[in-house]
Amino acid sequence: MIEAGYNFGYLDENTKRMIRRALLQAVALPGYQVPFGSREMPLPYGWGTGGIQVTASIIGADDTLKVIDQGADDTTNAVSIRRFFNRVTGVATTEHTAEATIIQTRHRVPEAKLREGQVLVYQVPMPEPLFRLEPRVAETKRMHALADYGLMHVKLYEDIAQHGAATTSYNYPVLVNGRYLMSPSPIPAFDNPKLDMMPALQLFGAGREKRIYAVPPYTEVRSLDFEDHPFQPARADAACVICGARDSYLDELIVDDGGKRHFVCSDTDYCASRPPLVEAAA
Amino acid sequence: MYVAVKGGERAIGNAHAWLDETRRGDPALPELSVEQVEQQLGLAVDRVMAEGSCHDRGLAALAVKQARGDLIEAAFLLRAYRTTLARFGASEPVETGAMRIQRRISATYKDLPGGQVLGPTYDYTHRLLDFALAAEREAVAPAPEGVADPTPMPRVTELLAKEGLMRRETTSEAEPPDLTRDPLNFPVPRAAWLQALARGDEGFLLGLGYSTQRGYGNSHPFAGEIRMGEVTVEFTPPELGFAIELGEIVLTECQMVNQFAGSKSEPPQFTRGYGLVFGHGERKAMAMALVDRGLRAEELGEPVDAPAQSQEFVLYHCDNVEATGFVEHLKLPHYVDFQSELEKLRSLRQEAGR
Amino acid sequence: MIGAGFADPVQDSQRCFRSVLEAMSRPGRIFQLPPLAEPPTPLHSATAAVLLTLADADTPVWLDRAEPLDWLRFHCGCPVVAEAGAAQFVVAVGAMPALAGLALGTEEEPHLAATLLVQVQGLQAGQGWRLTGPGIEHAHRLAVQGLPADFLAQWAANRARFPQGVDIVLCAGDSLACLPRTVRIEEAG
Repeated sequence: MIEAGYNFGYLDENTKRMIRRALLQAVALPGYQVPFGSREMPLPYGWGTGGIQVTASIIGADDTLKVIDQGADDTTNAVSIRRFFNRVTGVATTEHTAEATIIQTRHRVPEAKLREGQVLVYQVPMPEPLFRLEPRVAETKRMHALADYGLMHVKLYEDIAQHGAATTSYNYPVLVNGRYLMSPSPIPAFDNPKLDMMPALQLFGAGREKRIYAVPPYTEVRSLDFEDHPFQPARADAACVICGARDSYLDELIVDDGGKRHFVCSDTDYCASRPPLVEAAA
Repeated sequence: MYVAVKGGERAIGNAHAWLDETRRGDPALPELSVEQVEQQLGLAVDRVMAEGSCHDRGLAALAVKQARGDLIEAAFLLRAYRTTLARFGASEPVETGAMRIQRRISATYKDLPGGQVLGPTYDYTHRLLDFALAAEREAVAPAPEGVADPTPMPRVTELLAKEGLMRRETTSEAEPPDLTRDPLNFPVPRAAWLQALARGDEGFLLGLGYSTQRGYGNSHPFAGEIRMGEVTVEFTPPELGFAIELGEIVLTECQMVNQFAGSKSEPPQFTRGYGLVFGHGERKAMAMALVDRGLRAEELGEPVDAPAQSQEFVLYHCDNVEATGFVEHLKLPHYVDFQSELEKLRSLRQEAGR
Repeated sequence: MIGAGFADPVQDSQRCFRSVLEAMSRPGRIFQLPPLAEPPTPLHSATAAVLLTLADADTPVWLDRAEPLDWLRFHCGCPVVAEAGAAQFVVAVGAMPALAGLALGTEEEPHLAATLLVQVQGLQAGQGWRLTGPGIEHAHRLAVQGLPADFLAQWAANRARFPQGVDIVLCAGDSLACLPRTVRIEEAG
C-alpha cells in the first residue's frame, strides 16, 4: 500500500534522474564527492536525508530493504526510515542481512559478508574527510584535485608522536583506489577493513552537505596509516552476553546504578543468527 | 509617506491602531485566548520564556499573542516586564538529577539505567503535512500510559566520571555573577557565559553550534544525555533559615560529551558541554551545549580560532533583544549624519575630478 | 508519428538504471535490459532505454544521427547540441567521436565529464579484452565488435587523465556493458 499523492519512492522522477546521474559519476570516480541537488525530505537533516535520497533513487518494486542504525534494525531511526520506505514504495523489508538487496545504514557495516547484487547505502553527516583540519570547502576541493593529503598525514603523525597511536576511533579516513581520501562515514574504525574489496556496491549520501560518493565493488579501500604504525581497528575486549561472539562489534550497556556493564552485539541480526548462550554461561 | 515629520504623534497613533486591528485579524473569527496560546503553542511559549529569561507561561503566552507570533518581539516584551519586578532573593540551585522525567535520551548508550524515554517528540515523525489537523477535530485519543519506572536515572556524564573518563568540573561555592545586573567583564567565568547562552537567541546559537560540527572549532560532540521534565524550585527565606518549595518548572538539560586530546598535565578524556533552558527547548539546549564546549577551548588549552570559541564574539552577539534593537534601529531617521556623508562624498568626488 | 517510450516510466526507468548502475560498477559485464517496444531508428533498444532513463531537460545531448531527435525531444525534453564537446550524453550510432574532444571534466570537478553511448554490433563475455580495475575482482573478459581500430590507444589516454575522462556505455541490441574511466583494458592475451 503506497501513500496516496506521492510518487513511488517519494522523490519525483526528475530528482531521481539527477541523483542517478550523480551516482554513475560517483561510481566512475571512486571516493570522489559528487555535488548533487539534494532536496528537502520529510525527515530532518542529520536523520539520513542523503541515504534516503540515494535509496529512493535506486529502489524498485523487486527490492528487499533493510535499514539499520547503530547496527540494529529496531533502533528508533531505523524503524522510522523503514516505515517511511514502506509507506512510499510498498517494497518488502527484512531484518536479515542476507535477504536484503538494499541495506541502508547509519554508523555500521553489517558483520555478515555482503555479496554481489547487494547495495550498501551509507548515511553520511560530513562527507569531507579533511573538514576538521580545513573547514573551507574551496580549499579541500583543491586538495582533492591535487591529491594533496599532507594535512591528514601530519595529523596522524602528530597523534602517533603524542599518544603512540591514531586518536581517531570512528570516521577513520580511507584512501580509495589509491587516489581519493574519503570519509567512510562515522562507522567505528573496526568496520573499515570491511570496505576493502567488498563484493557489494557501496553508495554514500550526504543530504545536508549535498554530496554523493561511491566505492565500486572489489575496490581497494585502505585506512591511512604508517608502515611502522599500521592501522588497528578496535573493539571492546569482551564477548556478547547473548551469543558469546568475540568477533563482532559490541555495544556497552550500563545495567545498574553502580556502573556495571554488559556487552552485546551491535549488529542485532548477526547476534540473532547465532545460537544463544545458555543462561548459566551468561 | 515616510517622513520623520513633526506631528508624528498622529502618525504613531494611527499606526498603533492599525497594528491592533491587524493583530486581531478577521473579527468574524473567534479571538485567540492567552490560554489557547499557552496550551496549543506551548513550544513558542517555552522559547519566549527562555529568551525572555522569565519563567511564567501565562505572561509568555500573552507576549506571543501581543507580538502576533513574533517570538523575538515577545521575548523583548517579557524581558521589559521582568526587569520591573522586585527581586526578593535567589532560589536554591535546582537539582536536575532529581528531575521528574518526561523525556530522557542518551545517544551514547543503547540502554542505560532508567532507560530511554522518548516522550513527546517530533524526532521520528515523517514531516508530511497532516491535513487532518486543518479540520477541527473532536477530541484526541489519549496517549497510552505506562507505570512510571522508579529506577533512578543517573546522569551519563556521572557514569563516565566514575570510570575516570570524564573530566571533573571545578566546583566553586562563589556567588555566580548576575548578568542582569552587572555587565559582562571579559574574560568572563563559565557561570556568566552559561547565563548569557541560556537566554541567548536560539537561531544564533544553533548556527554557531552547527559551525563547530562543521570544522570551525572542533569538538567531536556526542549527545551524552538530554533530559526534560519538572524540577522543584526551592527558596530559603532568611527569616526561616530552611528551604521551602515554591513550585515546579519544566527544564531541558543537555550534556554533550566531547573528545579531548589531553594536554601536558591531563590525560586524554571526555569533556562536557552544558545546556540548560526553560521549558521544552531541546534544539536550544543542544546548541547551547555545543557553544559552551566551544567557549571552553582556552581553558582546555585548545587553539582559539573559530567564532564559537571567541567569548566576545559569542557573548556580545547572542542576545536577540540587543541584536534586534541595534539592527532594527537602522529604521530610525539618520538623515543628519547622512547629510554630512553626502556632503563629504560630493567634495571628495569634486577633488578627484580636478 | 513518434514511437512510444517506456510502458511504465517509473518502474521501467528504475530497472534500466539499476542495470546501468551495476554495469558501471562491474566494468565489462554484460547486462540485458527488457526490450523496448519501439526504439526509434536507428537506435538500439538499450541505447534508447538508457537515454529515456538518464537524459532530461538538464542534460545536453549530442547525436551523430538526426532521425531519433524528435523522439528524443518528445520523451526526454533534452536540449540537443551541435558540438559533441558540449554534451553531457554523447550518442554515437556510427563512427565514435574522438574521446579527447568530449567534455572531460576538470581536475576539481571531474564529475562534469561526458558519458558516451556507443552503439556497437556485438558484445560477448568470456573472450576478447582483459579488463581490470575497480569493480573487478580478478579480471573480466569482453569482446566488442564495431569500435575504431585505435580505440585502445584512445582509452589508455582517457584512463591516464583520471580523474578527468569520459565513461562509456556500450550498447548492442538490448544489452549493454560499461567502461568507467577507471578500467584498464588489455588486448586479448
